[in-house]
Amino acid sequence: MKAYINGLGAVAPQETLDKDHFLDQVESYNENRLQIIQPNYREYINPKVLRRMSKIVRLGVVSAKIAMEDAGLDQPDAIITGTGMGCQVDTEKFLNAMLENNETLLTPTAFIQSTHNTMGAQIALMLGNNNYNFTYVHRTFSFESALLDSMMMLAENEASNVLLGGIDEITEESWLIKTRIGYFKFDSINSLNLLGDKQTGALAGESSAFFVLSNKKTDNTYAEITGTSTFYKPESIEETQERISNFLSVNKLSPDSLDLVILGYNGDPEYDQLYQNLEETIFNLCSVAYYKHLCGEHDTASAFALWIAAKALKSNTIPEIIVKEKKKQNSPKNILIYNQFRNINHSLILLRQV
Amino acid sequence: MSSKIVVTGLGIITAIGNNIEESYHSLVNQKSGIGPISILQTIHKDNFVLGEVKKSQDELIEMAEVDPQEPWTRTALFGIIAAKQAFNDAGLDKSKGKIGLVSATTVGGMDRSELHYTSFVHDAVFNAFIDTHHAGDSTEKIADQLKIKDYLTTISTACSSSLNSIMFGARLIKNGIVDKVIAGGTDGLSKFTLNGFNTLMILDKDQCRPFDASRRGLNLGEGAAYIVLEREENAKAEGKKIYATLSGYANANDAFHQTASSEEGDGPFLAMKNALDKGKLSPEDIDYINVHGTGTDNNDLTEGRAMIRLFGDKLPAFSSTKAYTGHTLGAAGSVESIISILSLQNNTMFPNINFKEVINEIGIKPISKVEKKELQHVLTNSFGFGGNDSSLLFSKYVGS
Repeated sequence: MKAYINGLGAVAPQETLDKDHFLDQVESYNENRLQIIQPNYREYINPKVLRRMSKIVRLGVVSAKIAMEDAGLDQPDAIITGTGMGCQVDTEKFLNAMLENNETLLTPTAFIQSTHNTMGAQIALMLGNNNYNFTYVHRTFSFESALLDSMMMLAENEASNVLLGGIDEITEESWLIKTRIGYFKFDSINSLNLLGDKQTGALAGESSAFFVLSNKKTDNTYAEITGTSTFYKPESIEETQERISNFLSVNKLSPDSLDLVILGYNGDPEYDQLYQNLEETIFNLCSVAYYKHLCGEHDTASAFALWIAAKALKSNTIPEIIVKEKKKQNSPKNILIYNQFRNINHSLILLRQV
Repeated sequence: MSSKIVVTGLGIITAIGNNIEESYHSLVNQKSGIGPISILQTIHKDNFVLGEVKKSQDELIEMAEVDPQEPWTRTALFGIIAAKQAFNDAGLDKSKGKIGLVSATTVGGMDRSELHYTSFVHDAVFNAFIDTHHAGDSTEKIADQLKIKDYLTTISTACSSSLNSIMFGARLIKNGIVDKVIAGGTDGLSKFTLNGFNTLMILDKDQCRPFDASRRGLNLGEGAAYIVLEREENAKAEGKKIYATLSGYANANDAFHQTASSEEGDGPFLAMKNALDKGKLSPEDIDYINVHGTGTDNNDLTEGRAMIRLFGDKLPAFSSTKAYTGHTLGAAGSVESIISILSLQNNTMFPNINFKEVINEIGIKPISKVEKKELQHVLTNSFGFGGNDSSLLFSKYVGS
């Protein structure tokens, strides 16, 4: 299975819309929560429709539109999204109203928009697209499941062009709740100082990244995705190493032959040591990059990592701000993205230059 | 290698039974599980009826044989109970190939979140339930109980979720990602969904009446259902009983409205038609349809129109079984897949209870008593918010 990335679009806590810049002017944050820089929605969405859309739906629609325009695609053969937490704003709105008013005085809008497939549905509605439309909702497997489905659709010849997206939003309330259980840091740090912080927890964040995947190369092709895989609750670091090496060998690569590995360092020392271990063992010859100081931790952060990797392969540029260890001097021909959530959900995405 | 995907295990828990035998018994005896509310704590207790599984949290924990000290949602417990049945029924053996789990849910752990949410925000008493809220939690709890590690994921596409999990499960096998899949869905009843559907004014205060002229809306239900899928040659090599062949599947989008279906049921029509095409069958090959038939004004009318568009005047026998189980949302597709498989296996079509009078605009009549007939091919539909429409085609297994 393989897929060409023929178009992409993202919104994130960084400037992503200006094609002339690629993470060369970096935003830093001091409140442990990195929020998406909201685009001028009116440039992308009809104001009448815009009014009814919640933030996450708007962000999804904007990034999907940018990706499709970039690829010169009018109608995808499938729309496949991944979102760990779905429409949190609307879910909280309906839940809080229900609890505060003891199940009275409720209106349907927030409930209707709270379903996880709202982004995929609204994109289909906007395009008048009757095709296959799936949404995966499994924490940090969400985007990778959507990616696997997309690659399967291409392999099965069920689709020539798939619109794939990963999207998650962070709300004030979910941020506070998850700070309480130690998933996010309590004391403020600057987002760019994420590595090496001793405090428990990650920095919270959000992003939306969409891709047009195709079985045909075009003049606009960014990169080729050659494989993706997930694994669950490895019993030891040795199992993690073995799973990664096996995945690479299936794709006729070894860890040593990788040019660049993009790791999901999120600032939580307990889990960042897993990445550190891999850097010192199987990845000891590769250049290493990280990205969650730019977008924060969220279930579909690896979609933003894929956006970075695809742009890096097309432009032969690795933005300075993502470099952690530079061990190979040449511009990368292949990149592995590896992410894990609290040593439970592990995922791999492999790309190569075309 | 043959591309035939067969069903080798079944597991179910809903308002009409805690397992396959009890469910079948309720279906042939036309026994509905929908009645007054006694489990869900809601101010609407006396206003609506529900298809509740009449088991307390403690009773479910006992049935699922799990550690009572851990944080369990009803969604996870139903999932474990039904998935275990399917796993054991298929005699799955982890040493014989890779096993995947594809589960579906609409609101995940909401049944507990809504009880403890104020505490999540203001104090620390129910912290353990914070991370049971997300949709993948029940899937991971099932995977941990069954020790499944090779592949797991969760799908949420509103009311069509678990037909989609079965579809994706079959494709995982075809693409060589895993050898066997447990696929289905689970949802526990919550005030969140009851109040949500109430704001849409599509809940019937009495038992729902799918495809009846006087229908007033749906009844919510809860539960879980899972099936085991594998390649035919795998199942034969291991000498397994085979319930049915999954011979076709399709998902399409209505692209009309977030909650309402298009006039002529474009999405439902495409889902059914593409499922038939996938199975290389024509409309006249279909013997029975287990319809989505929620009992809402909009669904039954547009689903009926889509069926007429596809089948013309050769409409096969059809019925909705929502008046037995209620609408189990994320579990509905897999619940009705199992009911369809039971129909195939027993050559028995279960009646659309509470039907009296045909809907004028479409003039089609569901079966209203238990009917016995040799069945070869059965279609089942699930349609959801966001215009997400799916159909699966199950066929009687014929050895090759």
